[in-house]
Amino acid sequence: MNARLVDASCRRGYSGAKMPAGTDQRSTRIDARLLRDLQKLLGKGGVLHSSEDLLLYEYDGSVEVARPDCVVFPRTAADVVEIVKLANRHKIPLVGRGAGTGLSGGAIARHGGIITSFARMNLILEIDAENQRARVQPGVVNSDLSMAVEHLGLHYAPDPSSQKACTIGGNVSENSGGPHTLAYGVTTNHVVALEVVLPSGELVRLGDAALDAPGYDLTGLFVGSEGTFALVTEITVKLTRLPEAVKTLLAIFDSVDDATETVAEITARGITPAACEMLDGWTIRAVEDYIHAGFPLDCAAILLIDVDGLREVAEAEAKDVADVCRLHRARDVRVARDPSERDLLWKGRKNAFGAAGRLSPSYYTQDGVIPRTKLPATLRRISEISKKYGLQIGNVFHAGDGNLHPIILFDERNEKQFRDTIRAADEIIEFCIQVGGSITGEHGVGMEKDRLMPLYFSEADLNLMRSVRDVFNPAGLLNPGKILPDSKGCGEIYVRPQSAPPAPPA
Amino acid sequence: MSMTSTDIASRLAEIAGAAGVISDPAQIAAYQIDGKTPAAVVRPGSSEEVAEIVKFAAAERLAIVPVGSRTKLGIGMPPRKYDLALDMTRLDRVVAYDPGDLTLSVEPGITLRKLAGVLGEHRQFLPLAVPFMDRATVGGTIASGVDSPLRQMYGTARDYVLGMEFVTSEGVVTKSGGRVVKNVTGYDLHKLMIGALGTLGAITKINLRTFPMPRMARAFLATFRWANGACEFRHAIARSHLRPQSIEIIAARDSSLLRLDDRPGPLFENGRWSALISAAGEPGVLERYRRELETLARGADRNALESFAELGEAEQERLTSYIRELPALAASASQPAAILKISALPKSLTGLAEGIQSVALRHDIPWAVMMRGVGVTYLALMAPDRSAESLRRLKDACSTAMRSCAERQWGRGVLLWCPAEFKRELNVWGEFSSDFALMQKLKNVFDARGIFAPGRFVGGL
Repeated sequence: MNARLVDASCRRGYSGAKMPAGTDQRSTRIDARLLRDLQKLLGKGGVLHSSEDLLLYEYDGSVEVARPDCVVFPRTAADVVEIVKLANRHKIPLVGRGAGTGLSGGAIARHGGIITSFARMNLILEIDAENQRARVQPGVVNSDLSMAVEHLGLHYAPDPSSQKACTIGGNVSENSGGPHTLAYGVTTNHVVALEVVLPSGELVRLGDAALDAPGYDLTGLFVGSEGTFALVTEITVKLTRLPEAVKTLLAIFDSVDDATETVAEITARGITPAACEMLDGWTIRAVEDYIHAGFPLDCAAILLIDVDGLREVAEAEAKDVADVCRLHRARDVRVARDPSERDLLWKGRKNAFGAAGRLSPSYYTQDGVIPRTKLPATLRRISEISKKYGLQIGNVFHAGDGNLHPIILFDERNEKQFRDTIRAADEIIEFCIQVGGSITGEHGVGMEKDRLMPLYFSEADLNLMRSVRDVFNPAGLLNPGKILPDSKGCGEIYVRPQSAPPAPPA
Repeated sequence: MSMTSTDIASRLAEIAGAAGVISDPAQIAAYQIDGKTPAAVVRPGSSEEVAEIVKFAAAERLAIVPVGSRTKLGIGMPPRKYDLALDMTRLDRVVAYDPGDLTLSVEPGITLRKLAGVLGEHRQFLPLAVPFMDRATVGGTIASGVDSPLRQMYGTARDYVLGMEFVTSEGVVTKSGGRVVKNVTGYDLHKLMIGALGTLGAITKINLRTFPMPRMARAFLATFRWANGACEFRHAIARSHLRPQSIEIIAARDSSLLRLDDRPGPLFENGRWSALISAAGEPGVLERYRRELETLARGADRNALESFAELGEAEQERLTSYIRELPALAASASQPAAILKISALPKSLTGLAEGIQSVALRHDIPWAVMMRGVGVTYLALMAPDRSAESLRRLKDACSTAMRSCAERQWGRGVLLWCPAEFKRELNVWGEFSSDFALMQKLKNVFDARGIFAPGRFVGGL
């Protein structure tokens, strides 16, 4: 069966080259008794273990690959408790997974083991409109929750580009962002309580639907822990009132610098748009060819800006933003006339990665953050890096909060190109750190950037983080090989090995 | 053998310099917590000095309480042991401020007032309109977890602290987060430090998001004849498209006990429930707020509305600062007083309002209440005089209110401030939650030596 929920257009990442060590002995790794116990618990349809089924779970939206030993589908928290106990007894790694749209390998079984898919725990348990809360199972798809509360004039604010596929459980693990987090905040700002199963098999509630629960903010610590603390079985989130009015502006620029300087100026004027996205010329052309959103083909950059709130506020801010754009030599500023035009513009933005996938055998999406005022310098640096390696790099990003997503195109069959791609990506991240930014804004560290952590954190910082992880996950049963580099290797930067031979046919 | 005060002071002077150590007993007395006096007070001038002091304290098993301007030391249980007050007020620099990026990095000892001046030059601010505004430090405000009426719009520190540097009991300077507005690199350890009362370590740097200051703001006051009117008004606002900066519901019985020279007009008329709403925007927008808020107030719970007014600038400033300082006023009232913080959900506010009145009535204790639009509620209970009988009634009222929080599901209750002697009998933190074991383990990770404010926090952490 194919339980993947991923929007196929979102995923054309690199795959097939990198396999974990010990791949060939996989068939013997899962103990027959464990398999039997899992099947007894979840039914035969609740456990996948054939090679062709597992193939679908060896990747996510990133360039990372590793095959699990089996995939299980719990329906209740009690199922999850039993799965954890079984994994514990057999000392086999356990990895939680939502829709597998993650971009840093968070939901990949790096060292094999059991993937716990939350695809069947997808119930909205309670909608409490008066208190503006919803209680959901982790497998609920992000945009499904917003749709379920739309008739109440509410929505769930964090909106990752993959929101039509990604799950709220995955969002909690990654502390996902999205275009509209500029004004509304990221996942952590909207999660108030969690029910989790610790690797010990203990079911614990963190936080409370009401705010300011006494004690340490375990919910705040937990969100963004990338599945390394516990498996989440229930999430209580805040619901946000839909704005009365939204205005979407499309500003067209003949120079990237003009566009980035516009962003800095909007912030400087005290305007906080609901979203402020930038696409560069290359990306615009890729998107236009695919989505036909009406982006001009001959420009250097566009800004896609949402302002919202009360009608009067949205109108006034739209005017102010348009003025700033023109002041910075925007060739044209268009305001979407109706919701369908707005949706089309946003469709263009949200499918930018899919568009890149149509033009290249593979692509690598980087995720870095910089202080907003460093946007012009950073984009110039990315352009230099692109020239240095002769690699096409498209830029589409959350300009308003300085969250970059350079898309590096490459051909996975060309080993040198693959290595250059990783080097180029690393150089971009090094520059981000140099200008006061960080290594990931919303995609997570996962297995993609653990080796880069020592660039950003000291050994002492990493040691404390390791000890905190061990409070929840002392034996490393949950999602091993993520976030924190192995303690022995963290003094130096790990150089990724060359591509291994492709995976054997299933 | 434990060290004498003199030994401690001389060792501290080696680290922080003679000027960085306070040894005059009269001055040390100002660092008392619930009657406990530290052996010495040290005022470090850098993160490195903090780390050295902590190493020294850990080696000598000296208990440390990090303090700022000492306005909120009454929160929590008395420390089991209190040898050293770590006064952070010399660490008061702005490390970095990038107005264009709306980010800020400060040392914890800078006062909110001083910082407001720095940010104000760029028409920016921090939405920390907290009690003791004129003296409180940024570090003390964040470590004590006090909130601000502006949380209605801006959230709390957990929403705008971007990262921190702190010293754990190993004496190691450690950091988490960063200084960019969006960041998921590593675990958000700094979230644990917010509201932890210094039980996990000493904060040495705080990175914050700053906000553009609205060009204009107005406050509106609606006074209702009964509690449900004000609560229904709050719910109606929540259902509307309005996005006020703050919503506060206020009521009191016998507010004269708050010994106010300029009593804030209609706010505390006996039996009346007032809702103070503030909103920001251009004149046209504010006019719409006035119009729609009035309509919503009139529509709330039949004929509950008594009056509705837009406040003049002076009145607005007076009432908003009064509301900001209400917990401080009650905590420093001339008569013994206690303040409960109740984590309620908005829907429970009406029931909570009724419950509060019946508890106060039963124990014949004057009270004042402030319910924020997000549900978080502060209840001040005040003894009418200093007699033993009044004190006993106050304690019984606190005890009943804390019990009611749990039994009647008002929301988790914390006895934020109360006379120190109550703490011998009342558990100020309320009942345990199922995640307490995890909190204990985390405390052991950050403070393996058990030297940071031992016993002040939830469950004796």
